[in-house]
Amino acid sequence: MLIFAIRRFGLAFLILFVAVTVMFLMIRAVPGDPVQIMLGPRATPELQARLTAELALDQPIWRQLVIFYGNLLQGDLGIDVFSGRAVTDIVFQQLPHTLWLIFSSIIWSAALGIGIGAYAAAHPNTLIDRITAAISVSFVAAPAFVVALLSLLIFAVNLKWFPAIGAGEGFWDRLNHLVLPAFAIGLSWVGYIARLVRASMLEVMGESHVRTARAFGINERRVVMVYALRIAILPVVTVIGVGMGFLLSSAVFAEIVFARPGLGKLVIDSITTRNYPIVMGSVLISTALFVVSTALADLVNAWLDPRARGSK
Amino acid sequence: MTETLLEIDRLSVDYETARGDLKALRDISFDVRKGEIVGIVGESGCGKSTLISSILRLTAPNTRFRQGEVRFKGQDLLQATERQMRDLRGADISIVFQDPMQTHNPVLTIGQQMLDIQHRSKDSKADKLARAAKMLGAVGIPDPEARLAQFPHEFSGGMRQRIAIAMALMSEPDLLIADEPTTALDATLEVQIIERLQELQQEFDCAILFISHHLGVIAELCDRVVVMYAGAVIESGDVREIFHDPKHPYTRRLIDCDPGHIKERARVLPTIPGEVPDLANLPGGCIFRDRCEQAMARCATDVPPLTQLKQGHHAACWLNHEEANT
Ligand SMILES: Nc1ncnc2c1ncn2[C@@H]1O[C@H](COP(=O)(O)OP(=O)(O)O)[C@@H](O)[C@H]1O
Ligand code: SF4
Ligand SMILES: [Mg+2]
Repeated sequence: MLIFAIRRFGLAFLILFVAVTVMFLMIRAVPGDPVQIMLGPRATPELQARLTAELALDQPIWRQLVIFYGNLLQGDLGIDVFSGRAVTDIVFQQLPHTLWLIFSSIIWSAALGIGIGAYAAAHPNTLIDRITAAISVSFVAAPAFVVALLSLLIFAVNLKWFPAIGAGEGFWDRLNHLVLPAFAIGLSWVGYIARLVRASMLEVMGESHVRTARAFGINERRVVMVYALRIAILPVVTVIGVGMGFLLSSAVFAEIVFARPGLGKLVIDSITTRNYPIVMGSVLISTALFVVSTALADLVNAWLDPRARGSK
Repeated sequence: MTETLLEIDRLSVDYETARGDLKALRDISFDVRKGEIVGIVGESGCGKSTLISSILRLTAPNTRFRQGEVRFKGQDLLQATERQMRDLRGADISIVFQDPMQTHNPVLTIGQQMLDIQHRSKDSKADKLARAAKMLGAVGIPDPEARLAQFPHEFSGGMRQRIAIAMALMSEPDLLIADEPTTALDATLEVQIIERLQELQQEFDCAILFISHHLGVIAELCDRVVVMYAGAVIESGDVREIFHDPKHPYTRRLIDCDPGHIKERARVLPTIPGEVPDLANLPGGCIFRDRCEQAMARCATDVPPLTQLKQGHHAACWLNHEEANT
């Protein structure tokens, strides 16, 4: 298991390296002189020259990349041109907001989706199965921006149950502010996970080891919850791990609609102003988040499924 | 005469499929007495697995019970409640299913699975594990305590087969059903398992319903044998009777194909020229007619009934009827 974990994280770092390099090159390929856009048309040539040198933009691209990685290894992502603060400070200040949003979305939608899917699979073709199928499919189909805007209108503006914008102060207030955005992001995941778990469960329930468990009179709840669900859950874990990427982009969007601070808002703001160090910092962190979450999903799978561990 | 334990009475079972109803079992009747070993033989696809899954009602969802009764100690299991069935499963009746590679849960340790099947016992976990280890030892698994912590994929096919047998014997059932428990094994292992089963049967005094398409194994192990063809019983009786004086051409062909001795196993499964009839579209008359060298005019029109030829020997072939030869 330990060897598996080490190998898996080695792979994760490799993926991270490739992804960040590609992003780095892509950002440099965007047309237009970044220094001019950053400083505005009225900047003096001296100022422009100083910033160009500071960002190493006068160097060949491979040198820029080497400098970038050199600084990165020292934990230095550069200085924000506008505020003069360290990029790492800015990024890490925004990161928790986004993490909270993603985790709360995934937790409520996975819990509900797995519950619905497992129940539906244990009672196939009953009325409840059909109802949950219809609901799940409509959840999947509901576009997140419609859900976000509608829930904002209904629950925040009309009913005033939840706050409309911002992130809140203190634990309970923050949680309260999370409800609507997490609801909007997670809703289609509930449907998606429910369908996935149902299909996966039905397949596992038909496998011969489930019949063996029944042949020993083991009670049906244990057969479903332990003998079948533990196996049926495996593809869901992988999907959630990979789904982190999608969740990140949903989070960007939710942060804008609900005017929440977070990585998403930071990236959007800094791309429009060509704030390279901030963009690279945010991209690095989100890529790391994605790579780590897929690696974690594989580890959870290995923990749940002894066959995936290779050797012990 | 000893007490009857299991009676299958005119049982007919269909599978609902897109092609229409597949008549997997038709009018099956036979019984198993207390402490007796009964063998079921027949080619692949003749309904052996369907039959034994029907006994415990653990069949696929598209199964339809059309007719008949399965009586265990007098109670009709096809009418029993789900609750009553659960009380029987793994207690009075245990099954060793076909295909040892798929029979255990892949994500739970063998120890955990052997703990779970003792859910009726009030003993401590340590006692249950000790019992499990003892049982694994009894079926010939070395170092059983340590192996309880392992997962199914860490065992060979033969080992998993032994584990399945050990698990089925844990509750000391009155009836053990074993579906081709030696098909996946090589000849030496097969002999070992058969000998083990015989010893255990002596020790626990349970009846065994043993399925195989290896006649040698049946001859070695069983008291009586039921021969199935395309979902029907075509001959049944005392093992010695059947082997020395088979009364159905199909049984005769099976015996010709198989060395009939446990130590020299047929390298290929018994093959008889011709094909098994389509169960969704059965021909009239005798179901074996297409492959029978002795078929007569009557065989095309009338279904031969399973009739008693002498005490404890039944066959379904017109050759055994005097009037047919005239
Ligand atoms: N769930 C099912 N649905 C439809 N047909 C089935 C199903 N299970 C088995 N069969 C068919 O029923 C027949 C009997 O199968 P089975 O009982 O497994 O035979 P055996 O164990 O003797 O090889 C075969 O033709 C098989 O293809
Ligand atoms: S009844 Fe006729 S066709 Fe059928 S086995 Fe006997 S002789 Fe052959
Ligand atoms: Mg079979």
